Amino acid sequence: MAENKGVLIVGELSDGKLASITAELLGIGRKLADDLDEGLSAVFIGNGITDVAGEAITLGADKVYVIDDPLFKDYVTDSYVGALEKLSNDQAPEILLLGQTSMGRDLAPRLAFRLGTAVTLDCVDLVLDPDTKLLQKSKPVYGGNAMAVYVSEEGRPQMATIRPKAMEPLEQDVSRKGEVIPFDPALDESAVRARVVEKVKEEVVGIKLEDADVVICGGRGIGSAEAFEQLKELAKILNGAVGATRPPCDSGWVPAHLQVGLTGKLVSPTLYIGIALSGSSQHQAGMSGSKNIVAINKDPEANIFGIAHYGVVGDYKKLLPAFLEKCKELLSG
Amino acid sequence: MNMIVCVKQVVDPETPAAAFKIDPEAKRAVASKDRPLVISPFDEQAVEAALRVKDAQGGKVTILSLGGESAKDVVKHSMAMGADAGVLLTDPAFDDSDSFATAAVLAEAIKKIGEYDIVFCGRQEADWDAGQVGSGIAELLGIPSVTPIKKIEIKDGKAVVERVVEDGYEVIEVSLPVLVTVSNELGEPRYATLKGIMAAAKKQLINWSSQDIGAVPAKSKMLKLFIPVHEARCEFIEGETPEEAGVNLAVRLREAKLL
Ligand SMILES: Cc1cc2nc3c(=O)[nH]c(=O)nc-3n(C[C@H](O)[C@H](O)[C@H](O)COP(=O)(O)OP(=O)(O)OC[C@H]3O[C@@H](n4cnc5c(N)ncnc54)[C@H](O)[C@@H]3O)c2cc1C
Ligand SMILES: Cc1cc2nc3c(=O)[nH]c(=O)nc-3n(C[C@H](O)[C@H](O)[C@H](O)COP(=O)(O)OP(=O)(O)OC[C@H]3O[C@@H](n4cnc5c(N)ncnc54)[C@H](O)[C@@H]3O)c2cc1C
Repeated sequence: MAENKGVLIVGELSDGKLASITAELLGIGRKLADDLDEGLSAVFIGNGITDVAGEAITLGADKVYVIDDPLFKDYVTDSYVGALEKLSNDQAPEILLLGQTSMGRDLAPRLAFRLGTAVTLDCVDLVLDPDTKLLQKSKPVYGGNAMAVYVSEEGRPQMATIRPKAMEPLEQDVSRKGEVIPFDPALDESAVRARVVEKVKEEVVGIKLEDADVVICGGRGIGSAEAFEQLKELAKILNGAVGATRPPCDSGWVPAHLQVGLTGKLVSPTLYIGIALSGSSQHQAGMSGSKNIVAINKDPEANIFGIAHYGVVGDYKKLLPAFLEKCKELLSG
Repeated sequence: MNMIVCVKQVVDPETPAAAFKIDPEAKRAVASKDRPLVISPFDEQAVEAALRVKDAQGGKVTILSLGGESAKDVVKHSMAMGADAGVLLTDPAFDDSDSFATAAVLAEAIKKIGEYDIVFCGRQEADWDAGQVGSGIAELLGIPSVTPIKKIEIKDGKAVVERVVEDGYEVIEVSLPVLVTVSNELGEPRYATLKGIMAAAKKQLINWSSQDIGAVPAKSKMLKLFIPVHEARCEFIEGETPEEAGVNLAVRLREAKLL
């Protein structure tokens, strides 16, 4: 056990490019590796992986393992867990980090149990205890109402998944040197018990919610699919995207992928406007990183006002049309 | 189809932040008196998912819960929804279980229950939000897992499931037995009818303790639990009428260079 060394992060691609969460993992990974005075490695798994390995080096990695095979074309739990089990046993990292993404949240717990170690999902902070060098993992619990800090004395590697946008990536440094190493996990294909039959993408009209600089979120108080049209109009004139709390998604007023929160999308726009939503801790988990928060709610006691920068108490049905018209006027002037 | 659904009793996740309290010594939340403990919402959806398979194919649904005495309420609730049997694991030796210990004890109980084709869990518990007990059980049982899902059907001896991902969903074919974790996109769980509640009273509820299922030591430690403090900083925008307040908000945001 004392043999484990270094930090390994599991990289991801998004539309063929290095995903932003991976840059963030490299940022925190580099810091932890430096604190341990050990190396930082990254691994990419897939088929036909483009030149992200070099980019990972410029973002902090010393070594990049590439597992490239048709077997890994789609993410399937059995194949990816199998590949990482082999790499982890081979390289014996002290710390193993993944992103809290569709892949990471499925892969990390299964891999941890396979390796006989503990994992903490959805961490927002990671630090090394200066004395014990153990990894202290901070994670929001109770839907974001509280924060817990975990350590694992036993079981290696120490594992965590990181919430997107919680960590800072490093500035790219093209002079950084590193090594790219192909890795063959020699997996037995018969160990893969599932296959992806079809991938269905929800259609995105306009700007992607996660990337938008302005996000207009509607809650249960909006009342109907029709009423959401006004939010869409506002989003259009402000060049933003529409999101929602869970009830509008569950009621089918808007598609499920517009849900913002603990179990939905994470947004951190410059301007967030929350309308007729109470600001539950689970919703806040997805938007509290927004730089400017505006809340419109008829209940002055609503939780959302606790984190808002600007608030208006009142019926959105009366307020919003006037707000919208004034915005139009100001923006055209 | 033999199905097992893992459900847990939790502090009501809809408790408003102002009423949410923790005991930092015991490192857990304190339920407020006017808010009874509830079945964790995704677990209720897991029960619903199992009942839909039962409606389509027939089969037996067994509910499994690890918790205190009061957790029998969530087992009864699930049986009132239509599940056939329940198993409750209660023992002080199970207290302070981490995810590893929780999954290990549940996996042992599942083996003791015996036959199963599908094990259902929620995608994550509303209290610790750990999101790992499902995958852990699957690994310990040596069966495949798909997480999180919004639909499951049985076709030609395999499960066809829809797995929720960031930009949509994937249709996945997987062999049985399988473990799935259920997400809210599945849709609303059914209500327990009066008839269901009466029937549940007659259904079998088995109690197992650490004598039946050995307790497992935790792998990790909770150093602390705390409520982060946010400073209130809200600037309220007013107006004679709601319309005027709306206009004033636009003007204020423009001044702040946010429009
Ligand atoms: C484990 C777990 C995960 C969850 N994940 C998420 C998640 O990712 N995202 C999420 O959003 N939720 C999530 N939830 C659900 C969450 O707990 C809340 O139920 C949900 O966020 C509430 O949505 P809301 O604020 O729109 O509704 P409510 O809490 O019902 O609030 C509606 C608000 O609208 C106001 N209102 C009504 N009418 C008007 C009007 N005409 N004008 C102005 N204001 C009006 C009311 O005053 C009220 O404050 C999760 C729950 C659990 C247990
Ligand atoms: C000493 C200690 C150390 C801990 N260390 C960590 C840590 O390192 N990382 C971390 O993330 N958390 C840690 N925790 C919190 C711990 O994860 C939870 O107590 C436990 O793992 C269950 O997690 P959860 O309730 O969030 O379940 P989840 O993993 O979110 O549950 C998923 C699903 O599993 C099933 N399930 C879970 N619990 C039960 C149950 N009791 N009965 C029936 N079904 C159930 C349900 O279907 C549920 O929807 C620690 C707790 C303690 C006391």
